[in-house]
Amino acid sequence: MSDAVHSHGHHDDHHEEGSHGSFGSYMIGFGLSVILTAIPFWLVMSGVLHDPQLTGVVIMGFAAVQVIVHMIYFLHMNTRVEGGWSFMAMMLTIVLVVIVLSGSLWVMYHLNANMMPHADMSAMKQMSEMP
Amino acid sequence: MSSATATMEPRAYHLPEEPHLHEGHSTNLGFWMYLMSDCLIFAILFATYAVLGGSYAGGPGPKDLFDLPLIALNTAMLLFSSITYGFAMLAMEKNRVSATQGWLFVTLLFGGAFLFIELYEFSHLIHEGAGPWRSAFLSSFFTLVGTHGLHVTFGSIWLITLMVQVAKKGLIPANKRRLMCLSMFWHFLDVIWIGVFTFVYLMGVLR
Amino acid sequence: MTTAQMIFGRLTWDAFPWHEPIVVATFVAVVLGGAAVVAALTYFKLWGYLWKEWFTSVDHKKIGIMYMVLGLIMFLRGFADAVMMRLQQALAFNGSEGYLNAHHYDQVFTAHGVIMIFFVAMPFITGLMNYIVPLQIGARDVSFPFLNNFSFWMTTGGAVLVMASLFLGEFAQTGWLAYPPLSGIAYSPATGVDYYIWALQVAGVGTTLSGINLIATIVKMRAPGMSLMKMPVFTWTSLCANILIVASFPILTATLVLLSLDRYAGTAFFTNDFGGNPMMYVNLIWIWGHPEVYILILPLFGVFSEVTSTFSGKRLFGYTSMVYATCCIMVLSYLVWLHHFFTMGSGASVNSFFGITTMIISIPTGAKLFNWLFTMYRGKIRFELPMMWTVAFMLTFTIGGMTGVLLAVPPADFVLHNSLFLIAHFHNVIIGGVLFGLFAAINYWWPKAFGFKLNVFWGKVSFWCWQVGFWLAFTPLYILGLMGVTRRMRVFDDPSIHIWFIIAAIGAAIIAAGIGAMLVQFAVSIWKREELKDVNGDPWDGRTLEWATSSPPPEYNFAFTPVVYDTDTWADMKRNNYQRPLSGYQPIHMPSSTGAGVILAGLATLCGFALIWYIWWLAGLSFVGIVAVAIGHTFNYKRDFYIPQDVVTRTEEERTRTLAALGA
Repeated sequence: MSDAVHSHGHHDDHHEEGSHGSFGSYMIGFGLSVILTAIPFWLVMSGVLHDPQLTGVVIMGFAAVQVIVHMIYFLHMNTRVEGGWSFMAMMLTIVLVVIVLSGSLWVMYHLNANMMPHADMSAMKQMSEMP
Repeated sequence: MSSATATMEPRAYHLPEEPHLHEGHSTNLGFWMYLMSDCLIFAILFATYAVLGGSYAGGPGPKDLFDLPLIALNTAMLLFSSITYGFAMLAMEKNRVSATQGWLFVTLLFGGAFLFIELYEFSHLIHEGAGPWRSAFLSSFFTLVGTHGLHVTFGSIWLITLMVQVAKKGLIPANKRRLMCLSMFWHFLDVIWIGVFTFVYLMGVLR
Repeated sequence: MTTAQMIFGRLTWDAFPWHEPIVVATFVAVVLGGAAVVAALTYFKLWGYLWKEWFTSVDHKKIGIMYMVLGLIMFLRGFADAVMMRLQQALAFNGSEGYLNAHHYDQVFTAHGVIMIFFVAMPFITGLMNYIVPLQIGARDVSFPFLNNFSFWMTTGGAVLVMASLFLGEFAQTGWLAYPPLSGIAYSPATGVDYYIWALQVAGVGTTLSGINLIATIVKMRAPGMSLMKMPVFTWTSLCANILIVASFPILTATLVLLSLDRYAGTAFFTNDFGGNPMMYVNLIWIWGHPEVYILILPLFGVFSEVTSTFSGKRLFGYTSMVYATCCIMVLSYLVWLHHFFTMGSGASVNSFFGITTMIISIPTGAKLFNWLFTMYRGKIRFELPMMWTVAFMLTFTIGGMTGVLLAVPPADFVLHNSLFLIAHFHNVIIGGVLFGLFAAINYWWPKAFGFKLNVFWGKVSFWCWQVGFWLAFTPLYILGLMGVTRRMRVFDDPSIHIWFIIAAIGAAIIAAGIGAMLVQFAVSIWKREELKDVNGDPWDGRTLEWATSSPPPEYNFAFTPVVYDTDTWADMKRNNYQRPLSGYQPIHMPSSTGAGVILAGLATLCGFALIWYIWWLAGLSFVGIVAVAIGHTFNYKRDFYIPQDVVTRTEEERTRTLAALGA
């Protein structure tokens, strides 16, 4: 019942949402993704850069770019979807993910460094003998 | 409808036509926010893997265990499933029911292949004594990759359900909304997988 | 494995605590009381009414009230735990062991914390936001009415699991955050921590979905003309609180999953061996835990803004800065979490960073306080109960906040961490902020929800008992904490500190009187509701849209969606001689009730129960059931109906008559 009432309205909102692509944009996204996946795999499996650190940084860069490609071409992310709220929600999520990841790594690195049991256990023995 | 006459021009506190929010007005935004919350769950699993991923407890590490060609194949399966879902959505825009169903089915096949390969990988690891209980590294590996796989599994069940619902009721607005949500979900899982194959598999082998 | 083990898992007759007289006595009381309630409902033939009108309702107002009822019931349970602790600590001196053994006492303080945070504070604020926000934004319901109902029942399911732990098995003995390794399977092999995990996971799903629901509602369903900066402040703080919910509860979910994997699957996340790291749990759980306390307080800051402005007869001072302060608090709450474990050894650089951010986060709250004071300045202040609670909040919370800034200094925290000073601090801010805010909100919005005001005399009795009782109960704890007394202690050796615990126990008794007085207030008000009737729907000369409706509002809230020109929309309408439309009513589109939420949550609770007791077949079956019912529910496309035009007309004409009779 409500379908009939709203069918014309539905057609309008659907385009207003703007969140669908075209064959061309999907193929661009797909093509880019294939390249952005194949190169990192090749870099690691062939070891052509001879430097694990550098390889690591490079493939992370490729990953970041491919995430953006997916966001634009598959998820149709732009600043206008849902009046900008989708974009803002995503930015806030990214900020929080960065805080959680970097914060945890920083904190845990320091905790592990400071609280690792010593090879010299005599200090521990002394403490356990305290009243 | 509007107000009684008064000495000054009264403000119009109601619209001449009662505004109507169309059915499913909040669905896209609501589902997107659910996806953001899911992103945070994965962030915690990534953080855990980042912190504990080096703790092999004297057991096997990534170099001993990861089969990169297999993972490349798996990545391809998931990427193909993303593009075929995209084709399904394009068919949906054009209200072509059988084309939509066809592409949905192909997506299911690729997703199923992904899951099959992953289950094969997991059972192989467990056979080698490298199960999730072996070390903190393996606990975090299995949980992160396994949670992603569980999401793909639920997405596949959802996809089958939607194929049944589209077959029953056609591409009515409600079904289109649901297909849109699954689309967001499916592509989101592919985004997470980018993180997984980069940080877990590729970086693991590089360590 | 015996047949009994296959069917019942580890649930045996020993699960019931036969040897604990206090629990047995409680059980008897609960059974008798429960039987009386069931008998009364059956005798008055109320089951059908309850199911159709309340349990299956997707009306945000009914769901809001149900949340408040849940919060109130769990509040009495959580407070009972508090009284038990005060009594034990007052008794356990001079060689006496008190009346609670360690096994029991440890469960009491764990349950007290878990219940108060998850099953009292969260349901209360969710209930408030659910009831009030749609009314304040001129909407007829929330964005996802079915999800709303489901969320409520999931929260209730979590509460059921916690309550079940009283009589079947045990509860966790780990403190409310259940740190491993103590909460791991090696040191807590029994059901306690599993009850904790599954109660929180079930309730957590409800809370997260509720967060998504309210954000979508506020973003999408505001009345025409209500831009973001014209929303009532309570709606703003609700928006920020719900963003925090959606952005933080997944962290709790994931962390508890990791803990449960350690317990069920032998993984090594937080173990002492195989590469595990228990400190990671503490890190992760507090990344959730700190935003959680801001989730609790932000909606109540909104309440204080509404109450201050209404009872000062003035527009809120500094609306824009209030909004910015709230958003700042929301973001900053993610940058302070380490202050909960300064002493765990992260070192000076890390500690300094988080100490500084912790001090910075107190600034926006200070800005809010000044805005409230400036609102009151030169206002015509009416000291009705909501305003009394608000002023009490300002004094109490400020002091608690100051002790928080003291604790934010890492060297000071090294002395005071996990002492009674910490306990006093967080009770100071939670009681002074959250609880006083809830009492203000309850007194403020009760007339809107039920159609009659609350009795003032008993409200004042409750108020003064709380003021005296709170300070008597917690000042001794500040003193004891500064002297070095640790939290969660059951027995004490030093007789010189006994006096403080006695004073604290007296404070708890006075608080108990305050709670009793509040219950009497409810009872007397219901008894005398005709005299206390709120006839025109606006008993306080309110300023926001909820006061434009009748008390209680009709099912559809607004016959015609209002157009908004100003913050303080209703004040603006009154100023401009707003006239209600007297004709032209249309049928109104509403969502239908459904039992699917109750059933799904029931299955989830059953699944949690089965996992706790290792009844694997039941866990699997109920999980499949959840998926099947959920999928089945999606095959129901017909979830709405229209309130007929004549019903709307009749309701509105009755209101017209009522208002006319008042000479309006």
